[in-house]
Amino acid sequence: MPSPRYTRDIPARYRLDAARCSACGHVALPRRTICSGCRSQDMEPVRLTRRGTVVTSTVIHVPPDEFTTEAPYAMAIIETPEGARLMAQVVDCQAEEVVPGMELSLEFRRIRREGHGGILCYGHKGVPVRRHEA
Amino acid sequence: MRDVAIVGAGMTRFGELWDASLRDLFVEAALAGLGSAGADRVDSIYVGNMAAGQFVGQEHLGPLMADHLGMHGVPAVRIESACASGGAALRMGFLDIASGQSDLVLVAGVEKMTDGADVTNVLATASDQETEVYHGITFPGLYAMIARLRMERGTTTEEDLHWIAVKNHRHGAMNPKAQFRREISVDDVARSTMVAEPLRMLHCSPVSDGAAAVLLAPLDQARRYTDRPVRIAGSGMATSTIALADRPDPADLDVVRLSAERAYAMAGMSPERVQLAEVHDCFTVAEVCCLEALHLANGSEASQAARTGYSALGGRVPVNTSGGLKSKGHPVGATGVAQVIELFDQLRGEAGERQVPDAHVGLAQNMGGSGASSVVHILERV
Ligand SMILES: [Zn+2]
Repeated sequence: MPSPRYTRDIPARYRLDAARCSACGHVALPRRTICSGCRSQDMEPVRLTRRGTVVTSTVIHVPPDEFTTEAPYAMAIIETPEGARLMAQVVDCQAEEVVPGMELSLEFRRIRREGHGGILCYGHKGVPVRRHEA
Repeated sequence: MRDVAIVGAGMTRFGELWDASLRDLFVEAALAGLGSAGADRVDSIYVGNMAAGQFVGQEHLGPLMADHLGMHGVPAVRIESACASGGAALRMGFLDIASGQSDLVLVAGVEKMTDGADVTNVLATASDQETEVYHGITFPGLYAMIARLRMERGTTTEEDLHWIAVKNHRHGAMNPKAQFRREISVDDVARSTMVAEPLRMLHCSPVSDGAAAVLLAPLDQARRYTDRPVRIAGSGMATSTIALADRPDPADLDVVRLSAERAYAMAGMSPERVQLAEVHDCFTVAEVCCLEALHLANGSEASQAARTGYSALGGRVPVNTSGGLKSKGHPVGATGVAQVIELFDQLRGEAGERQVPDAHVGLAQNMGGSGASSVVHILERV
């Protein structure tokens, strides 16, 4: 992927800038022009809270090339308090611990490196909220 | 709309076919299909293919394949809907005949996956590059998330999934076209390498080469080509969100339900009429979701269908008598057409050891992505 593509995605990936539908309340990340819930075009900007709950998860043992050194690693669909859902890696814990219902904070991390010594790609990863820290 | 019939069919063996190129596979299947109907020339061609551009660097498959059949001049176009490309191509051919535009149509699905491309990366392009693949999810990973959700709710167990692979290999062992003609045990599945928890290697369909072709004609002209045509009674297609995260319930393949309801409505049939089905078991858990969504079994019945024999040969609704994607193989663009060829053979009473007795009505369901597109066809013996 060439670099302009990453630049365009910075609002969603770096800042979790999403859009909320004024008509039905549906929240989309990244922002969309048309609400996928009700087709309204009245979408207002909203920045997501950097925490969420695991909806479902898996542990990837056979990874894509760029993630070879990280496997096995946990991936989850995470729902934020605004009701937005996003796909993210979950780190700083044992991969097997990541199960539906788990509370996570969303932290800004490096996601991947493109090609040989190429562009560093950033975004958010889930990190378990430990009870004694919460 | 005119009634449409399948009047001929042909396919290659599925597997790692090192000696055959993309075009070789297509020509072999198309020639077999044309030959079975005694046809020499068609009015139009639909090529079902997911990703020849990525697998072998070849796009523009319509004219390429028409050219290699010696039919340059004939309208020909490639149809793409990820792993549902074959089913989508069949639907286009069906509409072409039904509309009255063409009187004989060749629909052929083809995929050449073993020429060196990174298959994991290519297949992942059927999901959302920007919100899913970027973060490190794989295709098996998406279906693993569906499986984990079902297991968390207690609707499906790991062993239920093992049995689906066992059942489909048992069927595929009887299919001369299948990639894996051997039976496997529950233990084999349970001990196979982990791919994406809870899915293991033997829950996943393989990487395959292959092609499958059918010939379509108006039902009232079908006897020119065969004395045993099979009618396409219903065709339904639907789409859902491209990203798994964006579905209200990620464990529910709503796209399958919607495509099936459209096909049932066109056919004027209820699900009880279906005597056998070919469904898109790209991963074992998909077969469970599909049985439910097609209304062929309800919740726990669907999960346990392979174990209880409900979906095995001899059961209430035999599912994937061909071996399914799991055992027959999954050359993605060819799969949707190959499913329909299994039904064609079954409804004509030509399925040999795998024959479902007195089969009149069969259903084929072909899925794209993690459930972002689905095509259902209902076939009927006439
Ligand atoms: Zn809305």
